[in-house]
Amino acid sequence: MKFNTTKRHFKEGAKNIFRNSWMSVASIGAVTTTLILVGVFLALILNINHFASNIEDEVQLNVYIDLIAEEDDISQLGEEIRKISQVVSVEFSSKEDELDKLMSSLGDDGEMWELFEQSNPLSDVYIVKTAEATQYRAVAEVVSQMDFVDEVNYREDTVDTLLTFNHYARIIGLSFVAALLLTAMYLISNTIRMTILARQEEISIMKLVGAKNSFIRGPFFVEGLLLGIIGSIIPIGLVVAGYYYLSNYVNLAIPFFDWLPFNPFIWQLSLLLLAIGAVIGVWGSVMSVRKFLRI
Amino acid sequence: MINMQGVTKVYSNGVTALNGIDVHIEKGEFVYVVGPSGAGKTSFIKMMYREETATEGEVILDGQNLNKIKNKEIPFLRRNIGVVYQDFKLLPKLTVYENVAFALEVIEESPRRIRRSVMKVLDQVGLKHKARFIPAQLSGGEKQRVAIARAIVNKPKLLIADEPTGNLDPDTSWEIMKIFEDINANGTTLVMATHSKEIVNKLRKRVIAMENGQIVRDEQRGEYGYEI
Repeated sequence: MKFNTTKRHFKEGAKNIFRNSWMSVASIGAVTTTLILVGVFLALILNINHFASNIEDEVQLNVYIDLIAEEDDISQLGEEIRKISQVVSVEFSSKEDELDKLMSSLGDDGEMWELFEQSNPLSDVYIVKTAEATQYRAVAEVVSQMDFVDEVNYREDTVDTLLTFNHYARIIGLSFVAALLLTAMYLISNTIRMTILARQEEISIMKLVGAKNSFIRGPFFVEGLLLGIIGSIIPIGLVVAGYYYLSNYVNLAIPFFDWLPFNPFIWQLSLLLLAIGAVIGVWGSVMSVRKFLRI
Repeated sequence: MINMQGVTKVYSNGVTALNGIDVHIEKGEFVYVVGPSGAGKTSFIKMMYREETATEGEVILDGQNLNKIKNKEIPFLRRNIGVVYQDFKLLPKLTVYENVAFALEVIEESPRRIRRSVMKVLDQVGLKHKARFIPAQLSGGEKQRVAIARAIVNKPKLLIADEPTGNLDPDTSWEIMKIFEDINANGTTLVMATHSKEIVNKLRKRVIAMENGQIVRDEQRGEYGYEI
């Protein structure tokens, strides 16, 4: 495309925005509202996701080994667990190790457990990890059937609840975001349709003297792009400021919640919002022009 | 230049506008298309610049079959055809100069060539001194001259005019016809639909008369032949 043509498309597209100033304000407003909600939702979803996957990483399957098991039995059990396809690591932890861990996790109170060092009541343990958190249930079932397994435990209740919660949070959040985006797109395409109707005469003359469809489409494409980009400015500002506030103050209030770090997360989110704004703008305009240019 | 064979046009509402048209127009000819309202003159003309497509039959323009042409090629086809209407179709907010330049801008001509061609064509239609006027400041005849300038600024091989003098008084109509004669004399094929008995009978050219979507008469140096 020639430079002059591109320049003309941008000039005409920008002019259109001012010519239909009220409709432009309406669609910029629609994009702005949408993107604020989208931004907040995305920040929330992504943080929940991050939080959940952190917890998922910490999940492990403890396989308590029967006290009567001999050393050979124990190592054979280890081999069998390793053979399960979903299992990525199997680590042996002796009852002495377990007691150390228990004592250190209890801090000062743990000292009373030192009495047990002579007759340790704990079992030897295999610590098993799977590739995905969702696979623990199945693996636990298989392992519990094996010989010399006293008990298996992966904090079932916590993990299952977390997985369910995370699953629904993602679905609900994403469908909400999709609905918002469709609304904004619809509003933009309406604005562009108004612009086109106002310029019907001009377009019919353009077609008559042999302008290419791509040329006729150009200014509307630019108009949609600009509406989308302008509409994303305020949401980006709000999201950046809001997240800055949150990560500085709320982080102190709820220290156990591990927020995604301000930098680079918020810049990625801003870029994403800008891209979404541009895409719904362009899409909205393409949709309405396409109908009009069909011969 | 134009060759139509068995061209029939049935619109989606069931109206048959053209019914078995066979016609051949040579390069450089000047042709009037006459007939009562609703005879199919406008549909006939629209076939030539592919504003409409034939339901049946073939339209060949300059060796190209317009039924088979791709949508993408239509803009390039139209660059070789100029069209003038009864209601001028000028853009009211643009000046005379800009209205004519518009036709070249949208086909992405270079600014230098646009400037040169526009001034030349405005001179040709006698409106160089009104280049900065907007359409509302012009008379009907001047508006039509701007429309003609826009139609011929790209040097088309074919100029189509649909009732170009329909809104003009007789004196002004003759000014327009003088310009058309000049354009035709320079080798441009000219097809003009008209209701003007006076023009057709005085400025004798080939006459194609239509009724009910059919050609009922086709004469060299013909007459209007209808009483209004």
